[in-house]
This record gives sequence, structure tokens and C-alpha cells, in this order.
Amino acid sequence: MIEWTGAIVQGVLLGGLYALFAAGLSLIFGVMRLVNIAHGDLIILAAYLGLSTTVLLGVHPFLALLLVMPVMAAIGYVLQRGVLNRTLGPDILPPLLVTFGLSVIIQNALLETYTADPRKLSGGAIDTASLDLGGISLGVLPLLTFGIAVAVIAGLQFIFYRTSLGRGFRAVSDNQDIAQLMGLNKAHVFGLAMALALAVVAIAGVLLGMRTSFDPAIGGGRLIFGFEAVIIGGLGNPWGTLVGGVILGVAQTIGAKIDPGFQILAGHIAFLVVLAVRPNGLFPRVEH
Amino acid sequence: MPTVSRSTRASRVAMAIGLLGLIVLIAAPWWAGRADLRLMGEIYLYLSLACLWNLMAGYAGLVSVGQQAYVGFGGYMLFALSIFGGLNPVVAIVLGGVLAAIISVPVAALIFRLKGAYFAIGTWVMAEVFRLSFAQIQPLGGGSGTSLPVAIVKELGDKKAAREATSYWLALGAAVVVLLAVYLLLRSRRGLALTAIRDSEVAASGLGIDIWRTKLEVYVVTSAFTAIIGGLIFLQKLRISPDAAFSVNDWTAFVIFIVVIGGIGTLEGPIIGTLLFFALREVLADFGTIYLMVLGLVAIVVMLKAPKGVWGLIRERFDLELFPLSYRVRTKDD
Amino acid sequence: MSDLLTLTALDAHYGDFQALYGLDLSVSEGEVIAIIGANGAGKTTLMRSVSGLLRNAPDQITYRGQPIGALRADQVAALGIALVPEGRQLFASLSVEENLLIGGKTGRSGPWSLARVYDLFPILQERRAQASTSLSGGQQQMVAIGRALMANPDLILFDEISLGLAPVIIRQIYDALPGIVGQGMTAMIVEQDIAQALSVSSRVYCMQEGRVALEGRTGEVTHDQITAAYFGVGA
Repeated sequence: MIEWTGAIVQGVLLGGLYALFAAGLSLIFGVMRLVNIAHGDLIILAAYLGLSTTVLLGVHPFLALLLVMPVMAAIGYVLQRGVLNRTLGPDILPPLLVTFGLSVIIQNALLETYTADPRKLSGGAIDTASLDLGGISLGVLPLLTFGIAVAVIAGLQFIFYRTSLGRGFRAVSDNQDIAQLMGLNKAHVFGLAMALALAVVAIAGVLLGMRTSFDPAIGGGRLIFGFEAVIIGGLGNPWGTLVGGVILGVAQTIGAKIDPGFQILAGHIAFLVVLAVRPNGLFPRVEH
Repeated sequence: MPTVSRSTRASRVAMAIGLLGLIVLIAAPWWAGRADLRLMGEIYLYLSLACLWNLMAGYAGLVSVGQQAYVGFGGYMLFALSIFGGLNPVVAIVLGGVLAAIISVPVAALIFRLKGAYFAIGTWVMAEVFRLSFAQIQPLGGGSGTSLPVAIVKELGDKKAAREATSYWLALGAAVVVLLAVYLLLRSRRGLALTAIRDSEVAASGLGIDIWRTKLEVYVVTSAFTAIIGGLIFLQKLRISPDAAFSVNDWTAFVIFIVVIGGIGTLEGPIIGTLLFFALREVLADFGTIYLMVLGLVAIVVMLKAPKGVWGLIRERFDLELFPLSYRVRTKDD
Repeated sequence: MSDLLTLTALDAHYGDFQALYGLDLSVSEGEVIAIIGANGAGKTTLMRSVSGLLRNAPDQITYRGQPIGALRADQVAALGIALVPEGRQLFASLSVEENLLIGGKTGRSGPWSLARVYDLFPILQERRAQASTSLSGGQQQMVAIGRALMANPDLILFDEISLGLAPVIIRQIYDALPGIVGQGMTAMIVEQDIAQALSVSSRVYCMQEGRVALEGRTGEVTHDQITAAYFGVGA
């Protein structure tokens, strides 16, 4: 019994990481109706940037974040204004195919630069440290990750609803033309949104890198987990996404308990079940 | 009195050339070397996949990045039905297509709940479900896959040359069938409905076209044919594994690049795209990752600068159409 | 008085469709002019062109002598031109107050502030935290006007503010208009309600099928002239 409880708790904490994957994805969809197929690969890119930073500067991954976050944000701004802004419009094909192309480019660029060998970020003591709570062992890193996920989502909510920047995001998302009348340059606003999303991606990437080993090819899988968390939780609801991530995480860890090879499939099945009975997710605020 | 015709001089010429070319290609086992024969077979199979993906995405608006689900499914059905069902490989492949059609219905019921780019990712999830599921099937080699037994391979022909010719003709035949089927579909009323949906879903449904049903039909038919192509692909490869069968790169990324670069939403586009793709591959394949990066870059540039692809550019420039699909009004003066 | 805004041979297209044909128009500083015309005459296209939502050739629109025809809407807004768009078009995700605040995004200084807008339309202060779309039509129009005022514009454009509102509400809003434009603000008022438009303006342009069919001082043009120009009948 305690083993199952332990698995569920691990799943909940894993959900925090998945919610982080999803946060950037749904932010971008919310502001500009863009689904970035390269999202997962950008998470991995962040992990590799974290790797290079820790290796070159000899610092802890958390410290490396101080560099990786602004770099990823800058990449996001340039990417949005240089490429992705041109794909926005009523046709879904251009953004889909361009971000798909981007995904291939990023994956192979990483492959070229770092080879296919799995890498890992070393967090030092917290990699293996754990707390004992009533017989259940809670990893410090997963606990921290969950806490950071909650903080990030709360932070994004704050930005969206209590700042001028967030007002701009919501206005542009509501009505691009009228937002321009207010003096908002939508190209710039979209750039800022992508920069913010990639700053979150940076956090997700570094935390992922500390938790498991990564290689250039696993980006697609991370995109799928983030996507599943969003759909399970319900579109347009950031806290719902946290719940979605938790449900996905729990499904996976329970699946892993049944059979280690079953972990990911179990998550997909949970996703399909939710899709079948609640197509708009558990707490939707926006229709697909 | 104006008349409505469907073909142009260019399309009639193209048809004639096409027929002649087809005869030459049928005779290939007699004039082409083994490696060339394999290459051409590969080209036909990719052309088929591209045509099918284009039908779904370019005409029905169903952008899927998960068609590898059916390529792999068809491949595995070939192995399963011939090894455990004792069926002739060709029969197994066709039956695989039928089974794919059946399984695509519940799949569609689920993923059609998603729209736009979310639908696309949903198809990818489905492909992953297929991959992980087949990796669990131990009799088919589990995660590492299995090879096609010699006895079954020999059912294609006793001598190697005969087998290779048969393989080649099957691939050529498949490509011709797919092209013909898609062409006839687009020429029919159904095709008109599809073109209407492609141009404007809202307007199309206002005309009484049942969008959901039309899309479902396209999805089922495309998946069935894709599975058959998958069977043919792995008949050529003689070996199957979950990663190879359900590879996003091989069966989706490349196909998408072909269609995008060639020209989405046209019949000529996939043909041009396939030729360009293989030309590019011959030149760059030695460079591995750089090759893929170039592909990605070309796709992005094409999408941003020439979204109608190479054929789109040609068509606009010369008002050319090789497959007689549109309607032209001819007045007395023409 | 100098010309604040001048339109010279303004053309506007939506794709292949031409909506404005060589329009000539000018507004002096401090003037309130009315632009009337039937549906499809091109009035809203005119507003979209001036505000930058529609891009035109640079010289076709000059503001304080500068060519602004090709500028983006946000650049035009920064210069001091504000639009109260047709149909209100409030931001649905923003509350009443947030809609007003975002109006002030350009950061231009001037007499208008949140407090002053609330003074003008007290009902909005009552409802400041509510979703903007939960308000009545008339109240939404007040928010839209307030939003434009928050930008402290020198030129304010009103696009069909009477559309869909009850007559008593329309009167209310037009009664407030002199207080709005009183301080030397220049205004262009597009209206289908001819009587109201003429009651607050000093000059009128009547548009018909993308062209100016009539121009004159409001005191001088006759009812018959307007009818003829409006419907395009007669010589």
C-alpha cells in the first residue's frame, strides 16, 4: 500500500515538471494562438545551454539559470520577430510547418554540437537527497521542481493580471487591431510573449536536465507531455494545467509500477481517456 | 455558347507523356540496375505517402504529424499476418490496409475532438501509442523487432531478380493506384466538396456539405492506403522494429518536406517534391545532420516565401495545370 | 487655423476591392467635422486609414505636415490620433478599468486621466472592476470613448458611436461631446445619425461609394443637398 502511495506522490511531483513544460506552451497559445511544435526541442536546447554553462563556468545548474534564462528569452524574442510573426494568421499550416522545420533544425544542430550521447546536469547533493514523510521518501529535487512550477504559474498569473505587460498580452490576444490603436506594437508584444515563454522553458529545461539524462532526440516526447497536460487540464486554465500535469504524472508512475516499460504508454492512455470523456479538458476556460 | 472543359492542352500533353513514361518505367527491371531499381521503388513509395498526406492536409485540412502510425501498422500487419496467419505477403499487405481502415475509425473518433495544431499533436500521440503498443508484442520481436522469414520472402519469387522485379512493380503499381485514386476522387463530387472545405469550411458547411463525415472518410481512406504503402516499405526492408516502423523522421518529416516544397494542395506538387527531395538527398545525404538541417531550413523558407511550393510558383507564372482538375469556361473565341 | 490633418487623393483597397477613390479632405486644429454617408460609402475605411489600421501611400495622409499614410496603427497612436472604433470593440479579457488603463498606453500627457474619465462617466467608476462586456451598450460606448481619451489625443475619431444604442442614450452621449472636445481637441465624427452629427460639427462631408459627394459648413448645406449626396441621386 505504501508503495502505491509512494508512486502516486512521485507522480504528483513529476506533474510539476510536466506543468512547467506546459506553461510556456499554453502561454503562447493564449496570446497568439500559436502552437510551437519545436517547444520540446527548445526545452532540450535550454538543458544543453545549462550544460555548457555549468561546464564552462563551473557553476551549479541553478546559478547557470541566471545566464540561460536571459539567453533563451533573447532567442525567443528574435525567433518570434524574425520568423514566427510572419506565420501568424488564419491559416494553421504555416506556423505548424515552420515550427516543425524548426524542430528538425534544433534537434540536428544539437546533435552536431553535442553528439547523441546522453548527458545530465549535476545538481550536487540535491540530486539524491530526499525527505522522509511518514514512510514515503520524497526526493528533494522533485519537491523543489513542483514548488518552482507552482511559483512559475503564480508568477505568470501575476504578470498576466496585475501588470501593464500582461494587460498588453490579453489585449493583443483579444483583438490585435484594436490593441494596435492603443499604441501596442503587436510584433513587439508577441516577441515579449515568446521571450517570457522561453524564459519558462529555460527553467523547465534545466530542471529536466538535473532530473534525468537527456539527448537531442527527446524533445518531441517533452512536447507531447506538455501538450497532454494542457489538454487534460483544460485550455486557457494555467492552474488546470498543473492538475493536468499531476494526473499525467500519476498515470505514468502508476504505469511504471505495473511495468517499467509501461510508464509512458500509461500516460498516453490517461490522456486518451480524458479526451474521450471530457474533450475540452477538466477545467476548460477556452474552447479548442 | 460557352463550353465548360476540364482539360487544357498542357494537361493533355502531360497525360500523353505520362503514359509513355509509365511504359518505360514498367520495363525498368530490364534496363535498370539493382540499386537504381531499389531507388525508384523508394521514390514511388515516398511519392505515394506524399500524395496521401497531401490529400489529408492540403484538401481536407487535416494536418497530421502522425501518419507514421499507419506506416508502422501496415508494416507490422505484413509481418504478423504472413508469419502467424500464413498469408501470402501481398495478401497480408492488402489485408493490413483493410485492418488499418477499421482501426482508424476509433482513432479518428478520439482525435477529431482536437482542432488545428492540437489535432496535429494528437495524431503524433496516437502514433506513439501504436509504437509503444507494438513494442510490447514479444512474438513480433518486442522492442528490437524481427526479420521476415526467408520462406515468406521466397513467396515473391524464387530468384532474387524476380523478387526485386516484383517488389519494384508492386511499388510502381501502388504509386499509380494512389495517384489515380486521388485524382479520380478530386475530380468527383466528393472532390469538389473537399476543395470547398479546403477553401472555406464555413462556406462549405453552409452549402450542406457534411464536413465531419467527409473528413472522416478521407482520414480512413488515407490511413488504409498509408498502411498498404507501409507494408510495401517493410516488404522491401525485410526487417521491422518499432523505432523504424513508427519513425517520425522517416515517415512524417520527410513526407511533409516533400509536400511543402513541391506544393501543398495540388496533385503535381507531391510529384515535384519527391523528385526534388531525392535529388537533394543524393547530393547531401553524406552530410547526415547537416542534410536534415538544410531540409528544415528549406521547408521554413518555402513556407514563408513561397507557401504554394515550387509547383505553386510554376502554376502562377505559367497558368499551368498538368492534372485536369479545374473547370475552364471556353467561349467561341478560344 | 492650420490644417491638422489632410487627406490628398486617398485611395484604399481591401485586396482587389477598392473602397476609397481619390478622397480629398482636411480638418483644421480645433475643428469638429462630421462625415456622413450610407452603409458601404467608405466611412469606416476612412477611419481605418487615418488611424493606421489600413496602410496607404505615405503622402496621402498628412498630419501636422508629416506624411503618415504608411504608418502602423501604434505609430499613429503615438502621434496623438485616437480612434473610438465602430462597434466599440472593447477588450473582452479586460475589466472596465483595465480597458481605460490600456488606452493610456502611449503615455502621452494631457488633461485626461482615469479620474477625469470617471468624472465624465461616473457609472464607469461604479463598474470599474467588472468585465467590460457585461456592461450595457451605452456604457460600453462610454468605455470606448474613455479609452480613446486616456491617450490624450490631439485628434479623436468617432466611428459610428450611435450604432445599436437607444435614442435616449445617443442623446446622452452627444450631450457630453462638447465637454469632451471642448478643450481644443480636434474631432472627426462618422455617423449614420445625421441630425446628431450635424448638431455638434461645424463642417460636414458626405461620402458616397468611396468618394466625397458633398462638402460644406453645417449651417449652409440644405437637407435636399444632403439627401442627394447621401443617396447619389440627382445631378
